[in-house]
Amino acid sequence: MSAHLEDYRKIVGTQVIDELLLLADRVRHLRLQHINSTSVGGGVAEILTRMVPLLRDLGIDTTWDVIKGNQAFFAVTKAFHNALHGGEETITEEMFDVFRATTEMNLGELDNCGDVVVVHDPQPAGLIAKKPETGGRWLWRCHIDVSTPAPSVWGFLRDYVGQYDASIFSMPDFAQQLTIPQYMVPPSIDPLADKNRELPDDEVRAVVARHGLDPDRPILTQISRFDRLKDPLGVIRAYRMVRRRQDCQLLLAGGGATDDPEGAEVLREVREAAGNDPDIHVLELPPFSDLDINALVRGSTIVMQKSIKEGFGLTVTEALWKRKPVIGGAVGGIRLQLLNGLTGFLVHSPEGAANRAIELLGDPELCSALGSAGHKYVKDNFLTTRHIRDYLLLMLATEHDGTDLSLLTGGTA
Amino acid sequence: MTNQKSFIFDTELRLVALTGIKVRSLQELRDELPRIPGSSIFFHTHQEYLAHDFQRSAHFNDFARWVSQALREEALAEKLAAIDLLAFTTIRELRDAIIATVDEYLNDLGRPSYECRPEEAFHFCRSRSFVLPTGIVADDVDDFFRQVASISNASLYFHFFEARLRLGRRTSDFSRWLNDRGRPDLAAAIDALNPYHRTLDELRCDIVQLGTNTGTPA
Repeated sequence: MSAHLEDYRKIVGTQVIDELLLLADRVRHLRLQHINSTSVGGGVAEILTRMVPLLRDLGIDTTWDVIKGNQAFFAVTKAFHNALHGGEETITEEMFDVFRATTEMNLGELDNCGDVVVVHDPQPAGLIAKKPETGGRWLWRCHIDVSTPAPSVWGFLRDYVGQYDASIFSMPDFAQQLTIPQYMVPPSIDPLADKNRELPDDEVRAVVARHGLDPDRPILTQISRFDRLKDPLGVIRAYRMVRRRQDCQLLLAGGGATDDPEGAEVLREVREAAGNDPDIHVLELPPFSDLDINALVRGSTIVMQKSIKEGFGLTVTEALWKRKPVIGGAVGGIRLQLLNGLTGFLVHSPEGAANRAIELLGDPELCSALGSAGHKYVKDNFLTTRHIRDYLLLMLATEHDGTDLSLLTGGTA
Repeated sequence: MTNQKSFIFDTELRLVALTGIKVRSLQELRDELPRIPGSSIFFHTHQEYLAHDFQRSAHFNDFARWVSQALREEALAEKLAAIDLLAFTTIRELRDAIIATVDEYLNDLGRPSYECRPEEAFHFCRSRSFVLPTGIVADDVDDFFRQVASISNASLYFHFFEARLRLGRRTSDFSRWLNDRGRPDLAAAIDALNPYHRTLDELRCDIVQLGTNTGTPA
């Protein structure tokens, strides 16, 4: 069920909601249109599902359109996605042709464009060809990690991106050499979603127990898909080092790996490394396990995200929001979220993770201090309301192209 | 935001803009510092005060933090963190001070500066600001201190941090208005506060306290 804007007032405070209303007053005359490639599944759809009703609550005329594409098109865009992530993919000229043909088809069906059009990710990027006809301001919103993109695919995409009025990336590391303005809009979590909302303690304990863990003993947790880049084997090594000093259990939980051959392989390695240790719990969670994930994180003593490579790392955001002390790999967006020693600990090795875990298990006050600071940091920077504020500011920015609205922002003083 | 009678509280909301410029060594940082926009210097020396206010940072600015964490040049990090932002009323002066600090360190280094890993590169950002009236207005001095207690951190930041660089003098919008309202004592007391060594919440409490101490109800 969609939450309403007023539901957030008690969470983020009156000032934040009032600022959104103040800002909305300035852009209410503009129609906002989002375009992406899927209405369900995936992070973008999840964000838009929550955000569009809230924008409408603010009185912004907001529409959300989804492009059409066949299996061949989405196979191509999946390959593009992997290549933009820096993965090794064979990209052929025929694949570019499939992309162009699907773009043409969607261009034919697109009408009634908004005054501000936000096109999400590479799949619909070619719709920019509509701009000369419809006018308006067009923004390309890139949700994926393009810090080291394959040159062939980025070169192809850049021809489209360069025609937009501005681009939006999630982190400074993803910025490109572009002639159009680039803005940073970090992703966000929704505090009222099932994955994040408050839960009663007894419900948390019940879920923890249902999954075979003892709610009365310390629990180290990593919630992540089974992927080598998340270093689950490093987490097991760290846990074993901790166990020499402190009693604890380890929970490694992630989505099912049945349709991901590499994920299944990693899961096998994780189970093998876990051996017959009864205190290592490896859980394959089915889709729609948001409430269980919420409870398992809330029932944890320490949350780890010991990634070797990471995009933004929303699992860290979610754990911080739940006031958990977090130990994270010093990579990607984890570095933006864990201010070392203030909102969590950054580590570079299983040994580093183990040392911090031992320190935290022996110091509940430190756990509490990190948890409180982390919660506040997320509240101020990474909740849905901030994400909405950034979109409203982008609308305002596109209407005042090149105009610096503060005396401080211009020139090379 | 000020006139002879009322204090009109504004707020400043900001978008972070990416420049696409990144550096991986001290020398590269030095080369870019004179070229990047003034708004980027301001962003990297001030953004932390708004991003989190739960604790004072050890580094105070992004340059110091990066030099410490990515380059492990702790002595330079300390020098950069020690740059007194209150001493400057223009971005140009602040930029020159940062460059001079880096230059002095590089001259004394006696070895090549380290290059950090690609994923630890420093990315220059800048902010694009939008100033909006909050609708909150203080009609007199008593009312002013009442309202300060309830304004947002963004509003406090705008009137206190940005005002100095906007006005080009060592004062805030608050002090300027209080002075105009015949309360130079309160204006001077507010000017004596060092916002860079306080969180925004602490700063707000300090200001409200000043009103209380002088018999002005908060």
